[in-house]
Amino acid sequence: MFQVRFHGRGGQGVVTAAELLAVAAFREGRHAQAFPSFGSERTGAPVVSYCRIDDREIRTREPISAPDAVVIQDVTLIHQVDLFGGLAAAGYVLINTSRTFAELGLGELAARCQPDHLSTCPATELALEHVGRPVPNAALLGGLAALTDQVPLHAIGDALRDRFGPIVGERNLAAAAAAFEHVRAQREVVAGATAD
Amino acid sequence: MLQQIEGSRAIAEAVARCRPEVVCAYPISPQTHIIEAIGVMVKEGALAPCEYINVESEFAAMSVSIGASAAGARAYTATASQGLLFMIEAVYNAAGLGLPIVMTLANRAIGAPINIWNDHSDAMAVRDAGWIQLFAETNQEAADLHIQAFRLAEELSVPVMVCMDGFILTHAVEGVDLLDQDVVDAFLPPYEPRQVLDPEDPVSIGAMVGPEAFEEVRYLAHLRQLDALDRIPVIAAEFAAVSGRASGGLVRPYRLEDADTAIIAMGSVLGTIKDAVDQRRDAGERVGVLGITSFRPFPLEAVRAALAGVERVIVVEKAFSLGMGGVLATDVAMALGTSSLHTVVAGLGGRPITLASLTDMLARARADELATLSFLDLDEGVIARERARMASTRRSGPFAENVLRDLGRPREDHP
Repeated sequence: MFQVRFHGRGGQGVVTAAELLAVAAFREGRHAQAFPSFGSERTGAPVVSYCRIDDREIRTREPISAPDAVVIQDVTLIHQVDLFGGLAAAGYVLINTSRTFAELGLGELAARCQPDHLSTCPATELALEHVGRPVPNAALLGGLAALTDQVPLHAIGDALRDRFGPIVGERNLAAAAAAFEHVRAQREVVAGATAD
Repeated sequence: MLQQIEGSRAIAEAVARCRPEVVCAYPISPQTHIIEAIGVMVKEGALAPCEYINVESEFAAMSVSIGASAAGARAYTATASQGLLFMIEAVYNAAGLGLPIVMTLANRAIGAPINIWNDHSDAMAVRDAGWIQLFAETNQEAADLHIQAFRLAEELSVPVMVCMDGFILTHAVEGVDLLDQDVVDAFLPPYEPRQVLDPEDPVSIGAMVGPEAFEEVRYLAHLRQLDALDRIPVIAAEFAAVSGRASGGLVRPYRLEDADTAIIAMGSVLGTIKDAVDQRRDAGERVGVLGITSFRPFPLEAVRAALAGVERVIVVEKAFSLGMGGVLATDVAMALGTSSLHTVVAGLGGRPITLASLTDMLARARADELATLSFLDLDEGVIARERARMASTRRSGPFAENVLRDLGRPREDHP
């Protein structure tokens, strides 16, 4: 099973992100389950959502306390709420930012994680450029696809078109594709550095 | 077709395929997505003919459902938590009148303190109202149970509440296979009411029933719940034949065959419990699970049979009775049984409890003739005649009125 936890703020499409990822995995013939952690349905309040992906039926209903990947949609949550609790040793982290882990004060986290499992992506800027709205969720899903290889980008695209229709879906897919390339390029640099 | 959709959306789609003619509901979390989706379907004409009625409260929502059902329409509504409490008077009336309304209860805690999250306190608050209460383990089962619920409700002329865990199921996006419309149509025939308000053939529904007949009318409602114990497995089996899925039924055992320890629970937590049981099984422990799908009527026999050979029973429940303890556990204890305990229902609706009747009761107890559950001074003849009327004709009319009419006639008129 692969478990993803999304952290963001109300209005950033955190719940939708988990649902889109589940639909994309389902499109690939896998079992998936997405659900929100409710109680803070206010614009700007911290929101958490979850997505599980597996090759067999998913029966558990508990919140994800030991995620394989954490997606941070809003950097202002860092050092404010527990974002990385239970993160697996070989877990993945994707953050919506142009800054580095060290610049965000996450040097210790970066030190104990595998370098090619960490990534940053200016998802809000990509969303503004391609969608025209500062909603980073679709772009981050593209980045997550490149980082974890759990779902292919075209499945994310299918999920986006399902959800938003052909026009807005394509724009979101453009943002996701740009983020996918950004993260892929980042990983190549890391792989090159490791090889050196 | 198998789809990856939100639980609420799956319920709206399943309900729409049951072709409700009147939907009346008032929004409350975590049920709102269901009725919003149905409202859109009605507005867009995707669900037709159907009237979606906006009202000012849950009390009105259930009252409109009662009126619609009494007029012969297939009626549906949904609520949760405080909304259920606000409609509770009408909830009892729907059951007492024997109207086959189907309602989704998106289970949520009851305040104070106010809390929007899931537990089963709301379902427990109307446990004794006379509704059939079915609990869904997954969104797939929740969708399937709604289709079975309309069939069950209308066959027996009794309302059915499908309980699904709020947020945990209603807001979860997972795979749900929705039956095609023609399959649902074949499974669920058009509504043929037992009683209907018709200007061409006027009847009154909702008569006042005094001490002379109240116990008999209540007992008839109890018998319908017992009828449901027979019908629920049959309907589930017929549903399995057309869908290929085991949804519904009375109880659902899991790895119980050789178990010395059984966990009993209702609703979505069964999934997590099964994962826990698999882990313990891998460690060599003989643990099993018994899911309760039908909470009302409570399947005493099926629970007793499933637990035969089990040494330790653990009931995990999302509600409790303050000052007492477990609610489901109390029912399970009754299923496990104590031969020395008898319940005698007496004094319903003002029926006098007389010295002679109590003396007779004690005599029967002394002779070991007292059943586990009995009803003091019950007029068996009235019961038998109304059951015969119901068996002989579908349009048998409101049973409270029938019982009153029966009692009002001179004895020699009785067949």
